[in-house]
Amino acid sequence: MAVLLIAEHNNKELRPFTLNAATAASQIDSEVHAVIIGQDTAEATKQLSELPVVKKILSVEAAHYENFTAENFAPVIVKLAENYSHIVCSANTFGKNLMPRIAAHLDTSQVSDIIKVISSDTFLRPIYAGNAFATIKSNDVKKCVTIRPTSFDPCESTGGSAQIEKVDASEEFSKTKFIKREEIKSDRPELGTARIVVSGGRGMQSGDNFKLITEIADKLGAAIGASRAAVDAGYISNDHQVGQTGKVVVPDLYIAIGISGAIQHLAGMKESKVIVAINKDGEAPIFSVADYGLEADLFEAIPQFMEELNKLNTIQK
Amino acid sequence: MKILVAVKRVIDYNVQIRVKEDGTGVVTDNVKMSTNPPDDNAIEEAVKIKEAGKATEVVAITVGEEKAQETVRKALAVGADRGIHVKADGILEPLAVSKILQKIVDKEKPDLVFMGKQAIDDDCNQTGQMLSALLNWPQATFASKIDVKDNKLEVTREIDEGLETIEINVPAIVTCDLRLNEPRYASLPNIMKAKKKPIEEIAASDLGVDVSPRLEQIKVEEPPKRKAGIKVANVAELVQKLKNEAKVI
Repeated sequence: MAVLLIAEHNNKELRPFTLNAATAASQIDSEVHAVIIGQDTAEATKQLSELPVVKKILSVEAAHYENFTAENFAPVIVKLAENYSHIVCSANTFGKNLMPRIAAHLDTSQVSDIIKVISSDTFLRPIYAGNAFATIKSNDVKKCVTIRPTSFDPCESTGGSAQIEKVDASEEFSKTKFIKREEIKSDRPELGTARIVVSGGRGMQSGDNFKLITEIADKLGAAIGASRAAVDAGYISNDHQVGQTGKVVVPDLYIAIGISGAIQHLAGMKESKVIVAINKDGEAPIFSVADYGLEADLFEAIPQFMEELNKLNTIQK
Repeated sequence: MKILVAVKRVIDYNVQIRVKEDGTGVVTDNVKMSTNPPDDNAIEEAVKIKEAGKATEVVAITVGEEKAQETVRKALAVGADRGIHVKADGILEPLAVSKILQKIVDKEKPDLVFMGKQAIDDDCNQTGQMLSALLNWPQATFASKIDVKDNKLEVTREIDEGLETIEINVPAIVTCDLRLNEPRYASLPNIMKAKKKPIEEIAASDLGVDVSPRLEQIKVEEPPKRKAGIKVANVAELVQKLKNEAKVI
């Protein structure tokens, strides 16, 4: 039986992690179908049909799908699940909110946040904030799996031509009402997919001082991250949080500034290819995962860092 | 309004996790255990709602082995009125826990069920959503703000893109983010008082729920270690290393 991938989108376009989830789905079984649920999703559906790994698309449209409410999405997917061995989507807030609702209806024990497909029923997943890896075999007939998007490469996004089949909408769940979404728009790369991430912690001391981080990020074409402490202190909004309960990032370069490196923060960034730590406390745990550590006062080091970057002839973007 | 709050006993968030040499799990003997951190936020929020006169009773529940009762006792010390301990041994998957909670909800008939958004041991992030599915109730996951309005809640949710606000009808499930509130500490007099508050003990086997695991844990291993890095003397050296050695800028 085929694998059903739940496409994530914003009604206009596919969200990038759908491509990573598609890769994981195709590693479970080569027959991958995708379901796209929303309102006026023609463009996103077309993008989905162009992914070569996706063989067939199920499109479900209705006004009550516009805001991706799990209570509305779950019944339609549960019904479709009859024809599939696996249901797959990203382990971001979209998938975390939705998948367990599907799994419970199917009486299936979900496998969350996998980082590797070992076989069609066996997966590797981090536990204890990534301080241990567990190999898990699912004995359920239907398997519900969420995947850690940064652990799988995005699939090819052009060349496919999957056929699109319309599926009837399910009834509206009237007890949950969407009110608003406050998205912070920025021209910077998305935190989850950026090549370089510059992160600030409690050491930044104020929201104003985060401007120093912004300047470096602009210079490097980087996304901005933060520790939970910095978000809790109100220096920066929650969508920047990296860690066990925030986002997991795997950039080529992660620069941690004024971040001590609590276990919970390391969980979100320690798979980065190159890690730089700038901290005045030489004993800070962040240095234990850093490839390059600089023990210095960040308020002196950041301006110098900008100066040195300005001296370079070229900077990779 | 009656609020049921589910709490879980986990290895304390400050403990450095050690993997057992035989690959069967992580070391829990002689390791400090605590309430799962966002479950503390769930208790705090329920108690605050009661203190604001919008709830009449806060019931704390845990599912697990004998010692899991400590988490219920702690919830009682910070303001929960009574406790329930559903006793079950071995690995309990979120699906099993949500089925147990469903049975308790059928019996207790709470208006709201709160819990942490994720347990920091298995990092599953499933139980609240599963319970909500089994009950066909609305769910507000990853809550960082809750406003109680008559028979509705307005909840701000932390999502990847920023914040989302939804309105849900009671009865409902809310899973709590760490930013929802600042959990209070239990005072000594309240810890003493909590010892007199009732905790009902129920055997999971008496609830008629099949809690046997569906997932086989084949092995648990240490993640690959990062090789030790170096300390650089100054910013100039750092930038040169990034440019010429790591070649990332």
